[in-house]
Amino acid sequence: MSEPLIFHFDINGDDFSTAGQASVQIKKNLRQLGLSPEIIRRVSIAMYEGEINMVIHAHGGTADVKVFENYIEIILADNGPGIKDIDLAMKEGYSTASDTTRSLGFGAGMGLPNMKRYTDDIKIDSILDVGTVVTMRINIS
Amino acid sequence: MTVSELSAKCGFETVCVPDNKRQVSGAYIGDLLSWVMGRASADNAWITIMSNINVIAVAALTDVACVILAEDVCLDDEIVNTAKSKGVNVLKSSLSAYETAILLTDKI
Ligand SMILES: Nc1ncnc2c1ncn2[C@@H]1O[C@H](COP(=O)(O)OP(=O)(O)OP(=O)(O)O)[C@@H](O)[C@H]1O
Ligand SMILES: [Mg+2]
Repeated sequence: MSEPLIFHFDINGDDFSTAGQASVQIKKNLRQLGLSPEIIRRVSIAMYEGEINMVIHAHGGTADVKVFENYIEIILADNGPGIKDIDLAMKEGYSTASDTTRSLGFGAGMGLPNMKRYTDDIKIDSILDVGTVVTMRINIS
Repeated sequence: MTVSELSAKCGFETVCVPDNKRQVSGAYIGDLLSWVMGRASADNAWITIMSNINVIAVAALTDVACVILAEDVCLDDEIVNTAKSKGVNVLKSSLSAYETAILLTDKI
C-alpha cells in the first residue's frame, strides 16, 4: 500500500483565539486533495471538536492527520489530566467545562458524541494524570 | 437564493459577505457550538447571539452559508477580518433569533 500523506500540528493550549486553526488548515489541505465536501466536513468537525477538547481540558497537545487511499486517520494526543470515566464522557450533555469556557459557547457536552457521529471509528486511550489519545477513522469510499 | 439576496429581502445588515454567490438552504438556531456542529446542515443560515472568534471557525468548518447575528450583536473588527479571510458570510439582524427565523420562512 502506498504511504499515507501526513499532516502534523502542535496545538497551543493557552490560546482560545487561535484554537481551531489546525482544523481549518486541514480543511484547506483536504480540499486541495480533491476529497468530497461531505468527507471534508466530517473530518474537519471531528478534528475541531478534538482540538478544542485538548485546548479546554488538556493544555494543548498534538494532532496528526494521515490520509490513506481508502480512509483518513486523525490522532489527537495530549499530556492533560486524562479522562476518568470514558463511557460517561461520551454521554451527550456530560461536561466538566469551566464557566469561562461555557461563556464562549463550549461545554455542552456534545463534542465527543459529535466525534463519534461524524467518524466511522473512534478509540479513546486515557490514563489519569498522564494524558489522552483519541484516534478517529473516516472511510473515504 | 443567495446570501446577498436573502440579506436584501429580509433587511439584514451586511457585516461581511466574502462569498456572495453562496446559496442558502434552511436554517439552524443555536449558541452552543457543539450543538451547532452536530445539528446544523451544510448551506444553512446559522442564527446566533454568540460573537466570539470561535463562531467564525465553527461556521467555516460546518459549511453553513452564513451566520446571522440576532439582537444586533456586534463583532470586533478583528473577528470581521478573520471572517473575510476565511470566506465566512456574516449578516446582522436587529430582531430576536425567533423573529429573525420567521423572516426567513418561505424564502430559503
Ligand atoms: N482531551 C481531554 N482530556 C481530558 N478530559 C477530556 C478530554 N476530552 C474530553 N474530556 C472530558 O470529557 C468531557 C466531555 O467532552 P465533550 O467534548 O463531549 O464535552 P465538552 O468539551 O465538555 O463540551 P462541548 O464539546 O460540547 O463544548 C469533558 O467535559 C471533559 O471532562
Ligand atoms: Mg468538547
